[in-house]
Amino acid sequence: MGNRCAVIGIGQTRYTTKRQDVSIAGLVREAALRALEDAGLTFKDIDAVVIGKAPDLFEGVMMPEAYLADALGAAGKPMMRVHTAGSVGGSTGLVGASLIQGGVHERVLVVAYEKQSESNATWALSTHLPYNASLVVGAGGYFAPHIREYMRRSGAPDHIGTLVAVKDRQNALKNPYAHLRIPGIDRAMVESTPMLWEPIRYLETCPSSDGACAMVLAAESAVTGRPAWVHGTAMRSEPIFRAGRDTVNPQGGKDCAADVYRQAGITDPRREIDVAEVYVPFSWYEPMWLENLGFAAENEGWKLTEAGCTALDGDTPWNASGGVLSSNPIGASGLIRFAEAALQVRGMAGEHQVEGARTALGHAYGGGAQFFAMWIVGADKP
Amino acid sequence: MPSELSESHVLEFPGGYTRSTGPVIGRFLTELRDGRIVGVRTADQRTLVPPLEYDPHTGDPVTDEFVTVGPAGTVAEWVWVDSPRRNHPLDHPFAWAMIKLDGADTALVHVVDAGHPKAMRPGLRVRPRWRAERIGQITDIECFVPEVTMIVSPVRAEYTIKPGRALTRFLEGVRDGVFLAGHCATCDKVYVPYRISCPECGYLIAEERQVADTGTITTFAINNLPDPRAPQVPFVSAYILLDGADTPMIALVGDVPAHEVRQGMRVRAVWVPEAERTLAMSNVKWFAPTGEPDAELEN
Repeated sequence: MGNRCAVIGIGQTRYTTKRQDVSIAGLVREAALRALEDAGLTFKDIDAVVIGKAPDLFEGVMMPEAYLADALGAAGKPMMRVHTAGSVGGSTGLVGASLIQGGVHERVLVVAYEKQSESNATWALSTHLPYNASLVVGAGGYFAPHIREYMRRSGAPDHIGTLVAVKDRQNALKNPYAHLRIPGIDRAMVESTPMLWEPIRYLETCPSSDGACAMVLAAESAVTGRPAWVHGTAMRSEPIFRAGRDTVNPQGGKDCAADVYRQAGITDPRREIDVAEVYVPFSWYEPMWLENLGFAAENEGWKLTEAGCTALDGDTPWNASGGVLSSNPIGASGLIRFAEAALQVRGMAGEHQVEGARTALGHAYGGGAQFFAMWIVGADKP
Repeated sequence: MPSELSESHVLEFPGGYTRSTGPVIGRFLTELRDGRIVGVRTADQRTLVPPLEYDPHTGDPVTDEFVTVGPAGTVAEWVWVDSPRRNHPLDHPFAWAMIKLDGADTALVHVVDAGHPKAMRPGLRVRPRWRAERIGQITDIECFVPEVTMIVSPVRAEYTIKPGRALTRFLEGVRDGVFLAGHCATCDKVYVPYRISCPECGYLIAEERQVADTGTITTFAINNLPDPRAPQVPFVSAYILLDGADTPMIALVGDVPAHEVRQGMRVRAVWVPEAERTLAMSNVKWFAPTGEPDAELEN
């Protein structure tokens, strides 16, 4: 795993449908400056900058990293851009960490963002190429069949997705940065919303958000403030057209989890991980990823959700921040998971703090569930 | 009985009434003609815009100090005019607004050309749109307009797309009413659509195979979100594992109500008439149920 790496600063913007008061540069700077302030540093103290975001077609800014370099204090410094679809936020954090772990840099600023209000993600994801029969179904239409297959295989009752939709939005009410804040959210409210891509209801999907998240990562010798220590990092991908690919329980996700647990010395994730921030853009992905990440046996994940184990006061809280279901600036969503995991072990998560959290998982996935990025962070030095 | 007699009667003083401005209003209008907005200071150092000869609170005379304000200001209150009348300052919908110009302590009533009531809000920043020909009247400011907060950035990329060897071969099959697949000898897997490299092992695929136009729906979604480029909702997009293939195709399911589609349902491609076929996937209208018993699904 290389040299020790710590998260020493975290900055987020308040996620919302439209941040029309700032430019893209202004948005990323807001997160970056908050992360630097948290670390007690300035741009001068940063050796390199890593930027992540989802497809350029979302904002129509080609190579935004070139445009944003000086906005993020990267003039005269190494900077690079990462892109692994929806998992990009996580991958961005991991690329930044690898620059520390590899001994290349002492302090790295990682920033990820999306300003979805500048266009429409479903339009950008459904480009209608010639020669193909495009059905224009967007992300929800893509993932709905896999959710249906999970429901069939596991025999999970229909209301499990509703429970997650309610639980994550209740958590969001405790997170000042969360986008969707729905006082009085309950099952009846979720169940009264229409099926968009059956079996996915409107309130079982993530919102479209504008927002940015930033972190300052440091080598052991360059730590300031209160660190969250990186205990394991892993990325995996798998071919989307692989014959017999299990889209419900992808091999790439299982392998990625096994790798990150091995590095962090985790053998029983449900018991040893105090809080997990997992990329759940559609509510049913909570039980699916509970199984994929080894928190539950195959076809049993929904039972943890149903029993309330993943609630803020459950034995294995998932998405205490409200998760992707409550805030989804796509390119930033993975980094937010990683940052929220770090906030928890630093004891700085505020009202949604899981009491005594010492070990946390940050997780992201992207594309057709074919890219995975994960890290384990801890309050203690590895 | 009401009288049916009626006649129009106009009262208009020939040439229009005059108004002596006095020194304070006169200064304000003179500055307006020069493209500036001024207010007047009161004894207690407040700035009245538009200026008055007296402090409206105390009745005391104002000072003789004039200060330039604005030209930008902030909307305090507003009301939307959806159907402008003949004498209204704009011929399209607009807002009357109380605008507090920067540096002023009072608000000025004027017109805001915002395009849409959704663009109006208390706190909206606005600036004057001046007339080119000014004569020293409040209408020398045609109206106020919101500050620039957004621009439209048209981006257009135009490509020439060629399907390439493998997809062309597949489309030739589709034109002839068959689905062509590639068989990887190393992995012993059959890929649809036809391809010439294996996504698993990376080796060249040498063998072309024809697979059936029948298959099994492994899973599906019912799409209820309308999109001008998509089929009419509700439509079913399904993963269909063609008989003889190892990878599913995503395709439309038709000739069956959406809620009667099942996982495991047996389906067959519905081809458009031979005369209408081209080198395109649109040769397959959709997949329709065959009526056979459902297939057993793996777990």
